[in-house]
Amino acid sequence: MANTKKVQKKKAAKTDQAMPKKRPKNPKVEELIAELRPRIKEYGDSLRMVVHNPTVMLGILIISIIIVIALFAPVIAPPDKNSDPYLIPMDFILPPRAPGVDGFILGSGDLGLDVFYGIVWGARTTIYTSLLVVGIATIIGLILGSVAGFYGGRIDNILMRITDVFLSLPALILAMAVSSVLSKDINSIIFSLIIVWWPSYARLVRGQVLAIKENTYIEAARAIGAKNSRILFRHVVPNSLTPLMVAVTMDIGSVALTAAGLSYIGFGVETGYAEWGRMVSDGQKWFVAGYWWTVAFPGLAILLFTMGFSLVGDGLRDIFDPRMKR
Amino acid sequence: MRLSRYIAKRLLLLIPVLIGVSIIIFTLSRMTGDPAAAYINDKMTEQQIQQVYDKYHFNEPLINQYWYWAKGILQGDWGWSKIAMQPVDEAILYRFPVTLELTILSMALGIPIGITLGTMTALRKDKAFDHIVRVISLLGVSIPVFWLALILQYVFFYQLNLLPAINIYNPVEYSAKDIPHITNFLIIDSLLVGNIGLFIDHVAHMVMPAVTLSFGIIAILIRIQRNSMLEVLNLDYIKTARAKGLPEKTVINKHARRNALIPTTTVIGLSFGASLGGAVLTENIFALPGLGKWSANSITHFDSTSILGFVLFIALVYSLVNLAVDIIYAYLDPRVKLG
Repeated sequence: MANTKKVQKKKAAKTDQAMPKKRPKNPKVEELIAELRPRIKEYGDSLRMVVHNPTVMLGILIISIIIVIALFAPVIAPPDKNSDPYLIPMDFILPPRAPGVDGFILGSGDLGLDVFYGIVWGARTTIYTSLLVVGIATIIGLILGSVAGFYGGRIDNILMRITDVFLSLPALILAMAVSSVLSKDINSIIFSLIIVWWPSYARLVRGQVLAIKENTYIEAARAIGAKNSRILFRHVVPNSLTPLMVAVTMDIGSVALTAAGLSYIGFGVETGYAEWGRMVSDGQKWFVAGYWWTVAFPGLAILLFTMGFSLVGDGLRDIFDPRMKR
Repeated sequence: MRLSRYIAKRLLLLIPVLIGVSIIIFTLSRMTGDPAAAYINDKMTEQQIQQVYDKYHFNEPLINQYWYWAKGILQGDWGWSKIAMQPVDEAILYRFPVTLELTILSMALGIPIGITLGTMTALRKDKAFDHIVRVISLLGVSIPVFWLALILQYVFFYQLNLLPAINIYNPVEYSAKDIPHITNFLIIDSLLVGNIGLFIDHVAHMVMPAVTLSFGIIAILIRIQRNSMLEVLNLDYIKTARAKGLPEKTVINKHARRNALIPTTTVIGLSFGASLGGAVLTENIFALPGLGKWSANSITHFDSTSILGFVLFIALVYSLVNLAVDIIYAYLDPRVKLG
């Protein structure tokens, strides 16, 4: 007992001595540090929980492996120098060869497409597609949602009626309709999915902003004469980020799933493009005849990618949900 | 009284939404090509083609075209579907029951399983069972529907030959003449005409599609039911119920599970809407003649009249389902105020 008290006293003395040394000369920096300290501490606590959460770590492991494969694609599956690396090399030898035959690690598919090459370069396509969609949709949702929630009134009404229109259709059907008018490439999938995804983020952010607006600290900021823009960007937006981040993490997987579904039906990329959904539909007619590897591997790749983000998002939701903390 | 006013308000709000949807889709569909193509064939003379243009006003500005199209919708003329080879409204009437039947079957399969597993995992929190079910539920949300469907086909048709792979009845045994069209729900119609053989054949054809679609529903319900059950179990009235000596079974069944079902109900309603989207993929793989297969076909073939028709119809159904969910939620949970 006495020992711990002594230690505490020592600690207190130490911090007292340390304080004047640490104090920065610039009062603005000091203010910023004071403002950030509780937030950093909170994120530190959360980080500790993330590291100790097995599901999150498993998810991070799966995602990291896929990212490494995507980064080193030119080394793992070297492309032909004269052609687009995203087009899977084919030798037109049929029927498809089993994994391991003729140097095809995961076998060959329709038109003699190299399944292994497709999986490796498909990782790039999937990461590029899902991150771009989620990133742009988040920015649009964050801006429109916070403006609608913060200013309210007519702007809010108009913006929310617009999101109503977009949310009144199932995601896949709206995405199909949009991508049908665009050129047949990967960008049409990205564009149509952004159109589908931003309204739900706008809704989510708006709801957050409405709740945060009612807090006493916003009233306090207003009372000391802070401008609207300062309140919005310094107080409201940062506090609404956590639930958005959890939703975004979960959604990266869903975006990848929907993108794969779109190209499976035949939107976006053409036969032979390194995209996992397209590879499933390319291999389909051989799959049912017993050439299981043509469909099994690309499907498994989609499953693992989505699962990785679901695991992380699922764990993050538990960690950041304040009701679960108590 | 308050409820009917709320419903009226929501239905009124639906009008601008449907107008917005139709404007977006109308603009999109006019970007893809000449809408007159649906009405023209090779044998027509120049004069007949001109008549088509005049009749449907395809030569006029886009705004006029939209106006005539909207007027047609309100008067019951939904246009001609090139893909379905029948009027659009008739095509919807024929195909929607197939989609609805698929959705209802998959929910009938998924809801009991999802809720039971969700409740069981909540009661065994952090035990091995909880972890296993959690992984299953994560698999359910992560698995590509089309891939799952193909694997089921591979195993149960090509390998085991237990279940039929495509269509809603066996076209070798039954010709199109044998198929009754009373309600357009084949599962009901076959019973109405007393054709038990057709009924069994049809149900066998629906097993794999329904299982495919139910996987996602099960996964979401496990998750929601588990969380809401855990939340309810921590509430004071459960402690009271236990403290006054009620048997644990009564506490769980009567006090906890019933209240935990409230958020789950909302999710059931929402996943009903989501499975309309999932039906597009499922119907395509199992070749079911439903709304989803027709819509994918019309979009890939740029059949703009069909696209406009079903998009409007799906938006209407989707919005009405969401409205129903909100009303049921307020009914189940009196704390929720409709406004």
